[in-house]
Amino acid sequence: MSDAIEPIIELKGVEKHYQMGSFTVKALRGISLKIFPGNYISILGPSGGGKSTMLNILGCLDQPSVGEYLLEGKDVSHLDDDDLSQVRGKRLGFIFQSYNLIQQLSVVENIEVPLYYQGVPAAESRERGIKLAEQVGLGERLDHRPTELSGGQQQRVAIARALANDPAVILADEATGNLDSKSGGDILRIFDELNEQGKTLILITHDEGMAERTSRTIRLRDGQVEFDSMFGGKQEIQPPESE
Amino acid sequence: MTWTSFIEGISPARLERTILLGVKSLWMHKLRSMLTAMGIVFGVASVIAMLAIGEGASHEAQEQIKNLGSQNIILQSIKATNSADAGKEERSFILEYGLTFRDIDQIQATIPGVSVVVPGRKLQDFVWRIERNVDAVIMGTVPWYPVMRNRELLRGRFFTEIEMKDRSNVCVLNSDMAAKLFPLSEALGQEVRLQTSYYTVIGIIESRQAVASGSGGGLGGDTGGGKDEGEATMEMLLPLSTLLERFGEVLVKFRSGSFEAEKVELHEVTVKIEDPDKVVAAADAIKHLLSRNHKNMDYKMVVPLELLRQAARTKQIFNIVLGSIAAISLLVGGIGIMNIMLATVTERTREIGIRRALGAKQRDIVLQFLIETVLLSGAGGVIGVVMGLLIPMVITHFAGMLTIVQLWAPVLAFTISVLTGVVFGIYPAMRAASMSPVDALRHE
Repeated sequence: MSDAIEPIIELKGVEKHYQMGSFTVKALRGISLKIFPGNYISILGPSGGGKSTMLNILGCLDQPSVGEYLLEGKDVSHLDDDDLSQVRGKRLGFIFQSYNLIQQLSVVENIEVPLYYQGVPAAESRERGIKLAEQVGLGERLDHRPTELSGGQQQRVAIARALANDPAVILADEATGNLDSKSGGDILRIFDELNEQGKTLILITHDEGMAERTSRTIRLRDGQVEFDSMFGGKQEIQPPESE
Repeated sequence: MTWTSFIEGISPARLERTILLGVKSLWMHKLRSMLTAMGIVFGVASVIAMLAIGEGASHEAQEQIKNLGSQNIILQSIKATNSADAGKEERSFILEYGLTFRDIDQIQATIPGVSVVVPGRKLQDFVWRIERNVDAVIMGTVPWYPVMRNRELLRGRFFTEIEMKDRSNVCVLNSDMAAKLFPLSEALGQEVRLQTSYYTVIGIIESRQAVASGSGGGLGGDTGGGKDEGEATMEMLLPLSTLLERFGEVLVKFRSGSFEAEKVELHEVTVKIEDPDKVVAAADAIKHLLSRNHKNMDYKMVVPLELLRQAARTKQIFNIVLGSIAAISLLVGGIGIMNIMLATVTERTREIGIRRALGAKQRDIVLQFLIETVLLSGAGGVIGVVMGLLIPMVITHFAGMLTIVQLWAPVLAFTISVLTGVVFGIYPAMRAASMSPVDALRHE
């Protein structure tokens, strides 16, 4: 990998601490990694390994206790709430395990939510929403409610929504976890296509099969990077500090 | 988050879309939204309706008092409460009490600022028109009576000083009596019989309802009487001189077998004071003057100006009571809204998390929930105003009570209802916005 390419995401010694009563839990213990534009990454690891915390940090939903997070070269680890919201809305796309569509809104309205918070005018936003719905094969169901759709269809709406603001990075948290293998396969094929179009995708999963599709695999264990395929093997792991 | 940045973040187009979103969210739980708004509906409706009823009642009372003349002092003869003394002194069956012509002379001579005095003498008897009869109050008075007591002549004319001097047999009927005696024909120019004499009807005067606070004295008549409120008082007005000549000073009444004789010179005296500011002082002076001649209090005094002031005070108290009730009912409505909004925020925690993940700032969330509460309370306010305008109409129609809806009442009630929404919506909205996106997303 050439140094000439600027990483889209850079973590420098990121730690996340949680206060649980009288003692501190370290969910992430010094993570440093670089993610480059067009990367198709799966983050694997056992439960409690720090996957969710990693997603929250990468997704700017939470901030590291220690360390720096550079998104497109900009330090986002010390932004205030408004600016963080702005970064989430503009540069990041989220796809969740349980789809997380808003029940009172129709398919196209759900896709438009991120555009709404960026102040995109109604007509333009609707046009874009329809285009995205067609892109994920739901052009016929624009006015349906989420409850009228199958799980696979709902997840496709969520993907369209994640794409709405043309984000720098798409984060998917167990995106196929609630789906049968056929619908899950459809979703993964969409991810493949998106990566082929040059999108940077980070899939958080515990499914080893999914890891094989992606071009880069990162394993987390005890809040540290245990394995990063980009470096072709194991990284040194420090034993957990006794607390 | 500062308030200026909060306001700056709201563009009209954005506001419109947020309002639409709010309507959509409220519409998802139609029954819940309706029940929540109900508190405001009834609060607003009751405020407007009560104000209208109160204003109507107070207006009616004030009109009646004003009709007595705010510069007037009305004296009425009553049977003394300790009339046993009078009986002992007189040793006769004729009960003698009340105001006299001497009182009038003294008042005119000693009280400054007295411009006109209207004496009146009353009796009650049957008045006949062929075979129709009416039990009426017959009052002898002076030609300037209608002006002094603000009574409007509907048709014809009042009697003149010449007729007074001549002791003519003319009379003026009030409209109720005219309608009763002459249901099909015009009363003017016709004759009616009182005992053995005939009187020509020369005018019709407006009927007037009794003033509740001024009633109870004399033989009834325009300042009250034994009649039930709402029942028209039949009145026949004669020149005082005519009445004195035909009936003398002693009135003898035969009523259902019993016999009663009274000697009363004047039943009613209206004193007009030139300067309205001196009415109360003059009333005191008259009281003092009369106390010498009327030790056993065989008269009573009605000062319309004081009644008016009393009515104003009563209205003020009424308004305070009403204001408290209104405040309480809207408070209850507001608490209802806040309660439901807090539940809604908890219920929609996940939605808040999703929105935050997709780029919503805290102020976007505050705005969204605040608009929902304001929509709820505003809709409740609109329905409340409509109901509040209908209730007084229904009351006027069925109970016959005068109600007055002043323009500011619905405007005020609606404004307060919207403000209630803002005040009670702020906390739930803030609470929604302050949740951390991570926790909100994890919420089941």
